[in-house]
Amino acid sequence: MPISHDISQSISGTDALDFTLLTVTASPHIRGDVTVARIMYSVLLALLPATVAGVYLFGLGALQVILVAVFGAVATEALVQPLLGKKISVQDGSAAVTGLLLALTLPPGLPWWMVLTGSFVAIVLGKAVYGGLGNNPFNPALIARVVLLVSWPVHLTRWQNPGYLFARHAQDAISAATPLGMLKSEGLASIGHLRLLDLFFGYRAGCIGEVSIVALLIGVSYLLWKGYVTWHIPVSCLVTAFLASGFFWIMKPGQYANPIFHILSGGLVLGACFMATDMVTSPITSKGMLIFGAGIGLFTIIIRLFGGYPEGTSFAILIMNAVCPLIDKYTMPKGFGRRSAHA
Amino acid sequence: MKLKTFLGGIHPPGNKHLSAAKKIQDAPLPQRVYLPVMQHIGAPGEHIVTVGQKVKKGEIIAQSKSFVFAPIHASISGTVTEIKNHPHPGGSEVLTIVIESDGKDEWFEEPHNDHDPLKFSPEEIKKKIYAAGIVGLGGAAFPTHVKLSPPKEKPIDSVILNGAECEPYLTPDYRLMLEKAGSIVKGLQILLYALGINRGYIGIEANKPDALDAMRCAVEKDPRIEVISLKVKYPQGAEKQLIKSVLNREVPPPPGLPLDVGAVVQNVGTAYAIYEAVSMGKPLIERVVTVSGQGVREPKNLRLRLGTLFSEAIGHCGGFQGEPARILMGGPMMGLAQHTTQVPVIKGTSGILVLSADETAKTGASHCINCGMCVRACPMRLLPSLIGTYCEKHLFDEAEKTHVLDCIECGSCVYVCPAKRHLVHLIKYGKSVILAKKRRQALN
Repeated sequence: MPISHDISQSISGTDALDFTLLTVTASPHIRGDVTVARIMYSVLLALLPATVAGVYLFGLGALQVILVAVFGAVATEALVQPLLGKKISVQDGSAAVTGLLLALTLPPGLPWWMVLTGSFVAIVLGKAVYGGLGNNPFNPALIARVVLLVSWPVHLTRWQNPGYLFARHAQDAISAATPLGMLKSEGLASIGHLRLLDLFFGYRAGCIGEVSIVALLIGVSYLLWKGYVTWHIPVSCLVTAFLASGFFWIMKPGQYANPIFHILSGGLVLGACFMATDMVTSPITSKGMLIFGAGIGLFTIIIRLFGGYPEGTSFAILIMNAVCPLIDKYTMPKGFGRRSAHA
Repeated sequence: MKLKTFLGGIHPPGNKHLSAAKKIQDAPLPQRVYLPVMQHIGAPGEHIVTVGQKVKKGEIIAQSKSFVFAPIHASISGTVTEIKNHPHPGGSEVLTIVIESDGKDEWFEEPHNDHDPLKFSPEEIKKKIYAAGIVGLGGAAFPTHVKLSPPKEKPIDSVILNGAECEPYLTPDYRLMLEKAGSIVKGLQILLYALGINRGYIGIEANKPDALDAMRCAVEKDPRIEVISLKVKYPQGAEKQLIKSVLNREVPPPPGLPLDVGAVVQNVGTAYAIYEAVSMGKPLIERVVTVSGQGVREPKNLRLRLGTLFSEAIGHCGGFQGEPARILMGGPMMGLAQHTTQVPVIKGTSGILVLSADETAKTGASHCINCGMCVRACPMRLLPSLIGTYCEKHLFDEAEKTHVLDCIECGSCVYVCPAKRHLVHLIKYGKSVILAKKRRQALN
């Protein structure tokens, strides 16, 4: 700032500023207080209930995965950015969000080196190779999850039942199956004993962060209230999944599970609320968000009912990430005073 | 009752408390005034005085044959000492007529007492408005007589007075509505008469209940005029958004004008100036200016002669408080940053803001994270992040196809942007390149 002057001189147009150049900037000259970092830390806060629920339900095996994933993502970003000639920006919290989201999609007790590999993949192949935050077309955490899933399919589908807070090793826990896994391999009868309320609170085997629906809903309510997430993607995704699974259930209730079961099991709620709503990889307009969410809901159910995998949320989101630019192109808003978006 | 409004917009802190309670004060007579020949949108004027010539207050000193022009009057009596290029609040140097006061403050033609404006014909009224040099006093400074001369195939049915004053800090319109409500209504009645219509609206944001009351009180007996309470939201006072809020009509994109949807919008301060010009024969030689911001000791609403230097106006308010980070003409959302305080008050100067480092934006931006907040804030329903990127990458054809020229530069997108991208700056740049290209094509 090239200004220094004595305020006592500032009387009637003859002050020191008369001959000093002031800083000139383009309007507007004031800014709101929302920053990228504030959004990222709010997402971390919003993920806290699901994280705590995961640790409560699955114990130290879950905590280890979470700590390794977050540390791995932050460390990788801090190491990679200087190599790419960029300023280190881990303090904006986005790497921590990626790491935590990855952890929440992994089974508890996954070996630490696999988790670390996942963090590395998420930051390097998911984000850095595209030019960093804001440029990545796919959700980095899901890229990493899918790489881990195809690399170590056995470990990625080794689940444990909840209730082992102080189990020393993941191996101590009884190997279990997720509700969707049971449904896929053993059919509708195998899930008959599951109570929907248990599914809602998270008393079932599954990924660390996906199981407790109530914790996820509390978290996403916070983001909705802050305005960092709008209702469009979660609502359209869940409603579409409900309608699609409901359609098959009404057609053949003896063959397909009911829609409420589909909403409450697997990673659909985690995906709809926290993965699909990733700002960078989702459409920018409300209309686009509705289409995007509906696509995820539909593909998830199609993969679950007719695909080789029991769960399809990750794939559904990545597929819709890929068509996101196309959605943006065809959902341009109709400008003020215009008859159509392109006229 | 549901308040009238438009889609999009933002809620920046108003900061009007700094000056809202301060009555309009007449500033002391300036010793010297600097009157640029360009004080409005349109053609620049040509000076019709010479150095050494004696002029009186209200005497025309710059004139033009162009229709989109408003004459410029001497704002004090005295001697023309210089005609030279001088810094202009618009950012460049402009030919400026400097008048040294003789201390007498004599009128060229003394304003007469309140005459009945309705004894003149509508054409005579438009001529008087032109002769008084009146332009839009909200900030855009578009010559008023042009707005009052719509082509025959585009009939006007409504006049809207803009009392929204949605820019933070600024209070000149608010004070005028409190102190001169009757004259503002008379100005609106003159406008209705000149246009030969009988639908008048006064739009005021709901957070100014005393101004709403004052205006309702003043129009009570005129059934043609409705005072409308508007939702508090920036940019409620932008012309197109105000028409949308009040009449629920959307002005077509450029070159569309309010008259395409049958509306004429005038600022309440302009209505007051119209009243003074038509009823009293007083030309536009002074205006109300809010001098405010944390960087000025005693914020005030001053009635300043046109041509008064910013430094002098700031001096009338106790001078600087601390180190000024920015000095602006206008509000913080759309105002122009000044590189010197040696620029004069012109017809479009609604405010002089001295912002401290705490209240003004830091510069520096990071990459877009596609959050869409700008899209939700944009009152023109554009995609600011996308258009900004196009302009940044010099993809001007793409920017034009995505309607960069529709942008009203209100700054809402930048205000909400978490990455602090300089979108308006990029968009202004893109617009200037595209418009320059269009001008070249028109010449060929």
